[in-house]
Amino acid sequence: MTPIIECRGVQKWYAGVHALKNINLAVQRGEVVGLVGDNGAGKSTLIKILSGVHQPEAGAVLIEGRPVVLRSPKVAMRLGIETIYQTNSMVPTMSIARNLFLGREPISLGIGGIGLLDQARMRRESVQAIADVDLHLRSPDALVGELSGGQRQGVAIARAMHFKSKVLVLDEPTNHLSVKETNKVLGFIRGLKPQGVTGIFISHNIHHVFECCDRIVAMARGEIVFDSPVGGTNIDHIHDLL
Amino acid sequence: MRNLFRIYLEKPELAGIALLVILTGIFEVRSNGVFLGADNVRGILGLLPEVGLVSIGVTVLMICGEFDLSVGSVFALTPMLAAVLMERDMPFLPAVLIGLAVAAGIGFINGVITLRFGIPSFITTLGMLFMARSMTVVISGGFPPVLPDELPTWLFTQFIGPGGLIRVSFIWFVAIALLVSAMLSLTNFGNWLKSTGGFLEAASSLGIPVNRVKIICFMLSSVLAGFGGLIEVLRLGSPLPSIGEGLELQAVAAAVIGGTALNGGIGTVLGAVVGSLLIRVIDNGLVLTQVDSNWFKFAVGALTIFAVVANARLRRAARGIRIETRA
Ligand SMILES: Nc1ncnc2c1ncn2[C@@H]1O[C@H](COP(=O)(O)OP(=O)(O)O)[C@@H](O)[C@H]1O
Ligand SMILES: [Mg+2]
Repeated sequence: MTPIIECRGVQKWYAGVHALKNINLAVQRGEVVGLVGDNGAGKSTLIKILSGVHQPEAGAVLIEGRPVVLRSPKVAMRLGIETIYQTNSMVPTMSIARNLFLGREPISLGIGGIGLLDQARMRRESVQAIADVDLHLRSPDALVGELSGGQRQGVAIARAMHFKSKVLVLDEPTNHLSVKETNKVLGFIRGLKPQGVTGIFISHNIHHVFECCDRIVAMARGEIVFDSPVGGTNIDHIHDLL
Repeated sequence: MRNLFRIYLEKPELAGIALLVILTGIFEVRSNGVFLGADNVRGILGLLPEVGLVSIGVTVLMICGEFDLSVGSVFALTPMLAAVLMERDMPFLPAVLIGLAVAAGIGFINGVITLRFGIPSFITTLGMLFMARSMTVVISGGFPPVLPDELPTWLFTQFIGPGGLIRVSFIWFVAIALLVSAMLSLTNFGNWLKSTGGFLEAASSLGIPVNRVKIICFMLSSVLAGFGGLIEVLRLGSPLPSIGEGLELQAVAAAVIGGTALNGGIGTVLGAVVGSLLIRVIDNGLVLTQVDSNWFKFAVGALTIFAVVANARLRRAARGIRIETRA
């Protein structure tokens, strides 16, 4: 089967640091992959390439078998790759509805892409999108600054689902969260699979990865050092490896 | 506390409005009814558009996370340039349009230098403050040019309305305020602008063209300053090279008093209007109630500090706030 997303021989340097050395990784549709590894292993660099923030110096990214140039986050999003970062990708001073549609607002009377917001539709659809990830908030007009960290990640996931992204990348989405909030976010991630969304979940907590992924990929010093279905390995083995 | 935070974010100008009402009451009583008399109101509203337009531009720029200290100088340069061109027999409209285009150009340069070199706009526009003022004096040639007689001055400074209470400039001011306000709250561009100032990283990771948004705001701030200066010069009848000195700080004060956050993301056009009006009211009220008018700057300064402290406290308090879920 053609992988939904694939990296072939991807390399990346940062001013002398060889951050990614010949990365080959293929993810199948509907798979939830856990990406683990120590600090500085290159996980964030890899997903920044997938989300269009950085461009690789060598190698290629393929979406559904076709090579793509992910020139910017906008391009990556248009191709269906949505990324949720550890530092939240929500604007705290704006409402949930406005955050959910940020950069993809439904407009009327527009010229050159600028126009009047269809605010009724934004409210209606964001209520639906949030309910779809099993998050229940009072009102789409609540400010994101009023939400807990876990709820914010929930809204970010709802946003990705609403725009029907093919691949959802989560870079340490549970960092800085309390245990309770972390469990909430893990719940959202487990909810991806039944909806057929492909996920790449980065975490340095191996327990979390075992809890919600199908497959584990471990990185060290810019290379993939381990790749196996969750069923074919155990936590201790991965601990030893890292 | 959560309600306070919501109110601050949704209506950041509310405290300013309350203060405006209170001060108006005090001045009205202490001046034995002169303060709200037609003559005095005419005076206050006649001057408001000039400062108010500058404050609106500065406020919008602050919402997207940048500062403009060059507005006071652009306020002088735009009408000076138009006057010099008119003295050389250029008709009114093209002269004014060239003046405003130069203002837009200055805003563009402010933005490009700030973003290209990653320096604080505070510094870029401080430099531009001196450069634009210097250009104003140079092109005036030391003597203010004489404005031609046949100018459509009435389009800006004529008194109209019941009892001639307002000038036409006030209509311009209200129309521009409404337009900018609608742009902020009703369009997707307004959404981008607030997100750019509210959390730059999130905005750019969602593909918002944050640099373009900022440059447009720099240009808007500059053009509104130039337009405010044009109105003042048409009212005074002569383009003095020194007008607008210190106006940049009054505009920042007006923005902050109207609830605009110093670190971006929060603020409204109504807040800018309320802040400017408060400054005018204090200026005028102190004179009418025979307080030494040298206290004017003291009052504006104290109010500015107070507003910033209050806003910062609200923000800090807001961090502890969590919304409840229904489930
Ligand atoms: N923007 C950057 N500039 C320079 N070096 C960087 C940058 N980002 C990451 N690095 C370096 O690249 C390597 C991989 O980092 P990163 O991808 O963040 O790892 P991880 O997310 O696995 O902790 C590290 O050595 C890190 O110091
Ligand atoms: Mg990382």
